[in-house]
Amino acid sequence: MEYSKTELMICVASRLMEDYSTCFIGTGIPMLAASLAQKTHAPNLIPIFEFGGIGAILEKLPRAVGEARTFYKALCATGICDIMETAQRGFIDYGFLGGAQIDPYGNLNTTVIGEHKKPKVRLPGSGGGNDVGSLCWRTIIIMKHEKKRFLPKVDFITTPGYLTGPDAREKAGLPEETGPYRVVTDLAVLDFDEKTKKMRLISLHPGVKLEDVLKNTGFELLIKEPLEETKHPTEEELIILREEVDKEGYYIKK
Amino acid sequence: MEIVFEGKGELFQKPDIEEFRKFVRDKKNRAFSPKLMGEKEAVEKFIKDGDYIGFELYGTVRAPMSIVREIVRQGKKNLRLAGQGLMEIDFLLAADLVDTLDITYVGYEVLGLSPVLRRTCESGRVRVSEWSNAGMSWRFKATAMGVPFIPVRSMLGTDTFNYSAAKVVKCPFTGMKVCLLPALILDVGIIHVHKADEYGNCVIEGISGFAIEMARASKRLIVSAEEIVPAEEIRRYPERTCIPYFLVDAVVHAPFGSHPGEMAYLYERDEEHLKTMLQKFKTEEGTKEYLDEWIYSCKNHEDYLEKVGTKRLMELIKQKTGR
Repeated sequence: MEYSKTELMICVASRLMEDYSTCFIGTGIPMLAASLAQKTHAPNLIPIFEFGGIGAILEKLPRAVGEARTFYKALCATGICDIMETAQRGFIDYGFLGGAQIDPYGNLNTTVIGEHKKPKVRLPGSGGGNDVGSLCWRTIIIMKHEKKRFLPKVDFITTPGYLTGPDAREKAGLPEETGPYRVVTDLAVLDFDEKTKKMRLISLHPGVKLEDVLKNTGFELLIKEPLEETKHPTEEELIILREEVDKEGYYIKK
Repeated sequence: MEIVFEGKGELFQKPDIEEFRKFVRDKKNRAFSPKLMGEKEAVEKFIKDGDYIGFELYGTVRAPMSIVREIVRQGKKNLRLAGQGLMEIDFLLAADLVDTLDITYVGYEVLGLSPVLRRTCESGRVRVSEWSNAGMSWRFKATAMGVPFIPVRSMLGTDTFNYSAAKVVKCPFTGMKVCLLPALILDVGIIHVHKADEYGNCVIEGISGFAIEMARASKRLIVSAEEIVPAEEIRRYPERTCIPYFLVDAVVHAPFGSHPGEMAYLYERDEEHLKTMLQKFKTEEGTKEYLDEWIYSCKNHEDYLEKVGTKRLMELIKQKTGR
């Protein structure tokens, strides 16, 4: 079955969501991945949304982090302080985020392109992004793989990755043993080298060549040997994604 | 406590918690006085030019839009805003009534960036400090607790911190670094709820967002409600009351008050209206046309609803996400 790059990215992210894990779901692609995970391999995934939804059944795709679909048949409808404090206490396993720009340490920018005072482009701002990247055990970033997004230095660190490298998070006062875990793009899957905390290519998506990834990355990438090939989406995943997860066609064009 | 780092963002509202206590003692009425009024009176009475105001909830959800439209109609100026909202902030920016913004997020998620926020910030027209969503809600929580700051573990090490007015100190008990957020005291808080009685006891269904904290961090609180219920109903289910009457200064009856946003269990957001609105917001001219059509040319909320039309409103009820 044929599929788009976006569909593949969603399927790969979804496979990282484990059954019975607590997942902080940011807006956009993470919502599709969570819904797909619930409908396939992780029926007991606990999606957590920042404004209070815990454990919703993602029958209809949420379009906003506070809307009724984020607490449909949920276990608990609480408020943002409770959710963020739950993350701060260490109860949230994974945080799923998108971003406009990323650097080799996984720091994310969703605030401004250019100067803060008079920016070239004003982006929405942190929202809960900074909190997710600060407080969840493992952050998983899902974004398009483009040279203008994968930069040696981001214009503004909205959400912390490994900041300036090893120990920098701990030195800044962020909770120990936290940080970005994977980056899922439309070309590849990346992780972070244990020693240097720099981004490392671990898997190429089907049909993608190493040069494609290097050409679309604005900094020098570490490469894991041997490089794996990402499993392509199954027919089941694609059908569920198209016909159940995003049947209104918000992200997946019909 | 030793200050390790300081954000260089401006602190737009002083965390004067002593003054807040005295205000609460002297100015907040404990009597069971009926507070029902129209949005015109509520805005006239409680919002002044230059006030620091905040809205709840987030995105297009449970948004107090009937009050926001009235603020725009009355043209309250030089407002300072807690930018954890969306349409509310966007409308006030669109009408050029904002001078200062403590921002967390202004965007339409699946529907894209806010063209109004982009134009405003990219022209350098407003003063901006950055915060995270948790940061902003915890700042309300500090005021709700009656303390001048709150220690948290967010925002550390980032530009979000650098462009905020937070500080990092060493914890006197453990030695670890923590981020201190200044309490945020609103001159006026505005919250839309499912039910309220005439005294201001409020019930919210579904998630509570940051209503509980914000209601307790507001010197003046305007509540709009989908439904006005008898006080006996409140007393029958007191565990459902999340905002007790003495926090509230005005109660405004506003069915479909969140339109074009949604209200959990009652009606869906008006996707068509939102898309047309965002299309218009792309240009200054279109923005003006939208404001003329949907705000300035409507006398009040009733008038606005008539313009939206019963047929459309009934469709939105049908589309709602149920239980």
